[in-house]
Amino acid sequence: MSVKDYIRKRFFPHIWCPGCGHGIVLNGMLGAIEELGLKKKDVVMVSGIGCSSRIVGYVDFHTMHTLHGRALAFATGVKFSRPELNVIVPMGDGDATAIGGNHFIHACRRNINMTAIVMNNKIYGMTGGQFSPLSGPGIYATTAPYGNIDYDFDIVGLAKGSGATFVARTTTYHVNEVKDYIKKAIQHKGFSVVEILSQCPTYFGRKNRLKNGNEMLEYFKNNTTPVGSQAKKENPNLIERGIFVQTQKEEYCDKYLKITEAALKEVKG
Amino acid sequence: MEEKIKFVQGNEACIEGALYAGCNFFAGYPITPSTEIAELLSARLPQIGGKFIQMEDEIASMCAIIGASLTGNKTMTATSGPGFSLKQEAIGYAVMAEIPCVIVNVQRGGPSTGTPTHVSQGDVMQARWGTHGDHAIIAMTASTVQDVFEITIEAFNMAEAFRTPVILLFDEIVGHMREKLVIPEKGKLQVIERLRTSVPPGTDYHPYFPRKDGRLPMSDFGGEHRYNVTGLFHDMWGFPTDKPEIVHNLMRHLTDKIETHPKHICKTKQYFLDDAETVLISYGASARTALEIVNYSRIRDRKVGLLELQTIWPFPKEIVATVCNQAERVIVVEMNMGQVLEQVRANIKNTEKVYLCNRYDGNLVSLEDVKNVLRVVEGRGI
Repeated sequence: MSVKDYIRKRFFPHIWCPGCGHGIVLNGMLGAIEELGLKKKDVVMVSGIGCSSRIVGYVDFHTMHTLHGRALAFATGVKFSRPELNVIVPMGDGDATAIGGNHFIHACRRNINMTAIVMNNKIYGMTGGQFSPLSGPGIYATTAPYGNIDYDFDIVGLAKGSGATFVARTTTYHVNEVKDYIKKAIQHKGFSVVEILSQCPTYFGRKNRLKNGNEMLEYFKNNTTPVGSQAKKENPNLIERGIFVQTQKEEYCDKYLKITEAALKEVKG
Repeated sequence: MEEKIKFVQGNEACIEGALYAGCNFFAGYPITPSTEIAELLSARLPQIGGKFIQMEDEIASMCAIIGASLTGNKTMTATSGPGFSLKQEAIGYAVMAEIPCVIVNVQRGGPSTGTPTHVSQGDVMQARWGTHGDHAIIAMTASTVQDVFEITIEAFNMAEAFRTPVILLFDEIVGHMREKLVIPEKGKLQVIERLRTSVPPGTDYHPYFPRKDGRLPMSDFGGEHRYNVTGLFHDMWGFPTDKPEIVHNLMRHLTDKIETHPKHICKTKQYFLDDAETVLISYGASARTALEIVNYSRIRDRKVGLLELQTIWPFPKEIVATVCNQAERVIVVEMNMGQVLEQVRANIKNTEKVYLCNRYDGNLVSLEDVKNVLRVVEGRGI
């Protein structure tokens, strides 16, 4: 199998702008699935609404394009009803942490065996460039013409604090890490989160003096560092990449299976 | 399983009906006065290998039952007033993506938090138009514990037959009151199973290409056929499109598949209507008062009859028109400010003969309430 075998060619060309980072994530995601040797019929991909969420239409799995922010809630229904399926949830930053913030923290807390891939371009792209909870102070957006005053979330900290058992972060510049972390996240038993900083040259770039996709990729290269590196100690402003959490905790569907066994025993007396 | 007799609340009859119909997945969130449904299913579902999950909110519960329905399960959620409002967006998704599921709304007083522990029938219009955009919907109700059981089975059957979300509009009184419930042996009542595609693996399956009869055979997520499901207007592959012709045809399909089958969907109970000069129209708990008045009147040789609606949406307009047009007067008995009254008026010839007997204070419409209205409209004094 090659990456092309996982694509629904019928639905191309895709809707993403030139220079957008989401295609890099798509490629990394399919690379991970290919290396893991997952059968197409065993993969369910559930997304919400936004540029990133359109990813599910282009891939040849069981795919569900749902409501803004609600992908994890739909996905929980899929996973809990058929635990043997691999459920992957690509999300945008607004999708995952603003309108879907409650579902995000509770999916982490529940530790249900699914993988959330948060494509963080720090902006609402599909609606034309409004600031998101990931934009951060000082960023310009169509709803922050004088500069954003909202503090931003740290997705890694949010996922960690909410109980996710695998948490990683990388960027679309680091393409091998994208594939590698998604692969590890899918393999992980429990709720896994991979944050991928992705570039939106059309809106974030244009509003914030980053000329094009390439320049934004350069930014990711120059402003990130592996977790725990000396560089971070010298420059605290650098964003860390890497695997931040990788722990084992009994998974939700497994726990429910035990309940079912106990209930069945009770009925049979 | 052999016949069983129980003495239970309406809410318990609802879960018995759901289990009889084959419900094996429930997602919910605690809310008065529907909570017993979640509590009871949290105990019962694991016993049959089914799934119960308490989600983080009402929205998530609705989304989860849609996801679980797609993998091939019969699914349900239960809620009340404010929770029903929260579910509306995802109900629209189930309408658009044509996902069978059942939503129970045990009605309480609104708007807003309203009267959580008191009865109301104020969500009739929310059931119809709560989610945005033109659409058809099926909503059903019941006035006795036995009927709650049977209507719940009907709701699951219609969800499967029409590939649509079905709303059960119960109310606090019927949900909480206890009556005798006879659960017939398995097989005695009809249970409709999901229509699945016969397209063999490896052959193109068009998830949204209706058969000649308008039905769309399904394929479970996790099965051999992989396809896309979306809340956007979509083509026969389930892929988003905004081509006007496809949008138009899908709108027609979503509406026609329900609106053109009133005979299969519209259920009513009729009492003494053949010679009725005064027709009462009611549903849910208020129909109990109305029926009592009919019996009271008949003993006194007054020709009063009752049309009890069990299907609220699509509105049983033909039955209502037939019954009302031959009556001298019609009284709609309900616990809201006239939500069904407006439907009755919209569907009959002489609207001046239609009266309203209602309450919206959290109490059941009383016998005295109806007697007083009857006395006035029959010209027997004030």
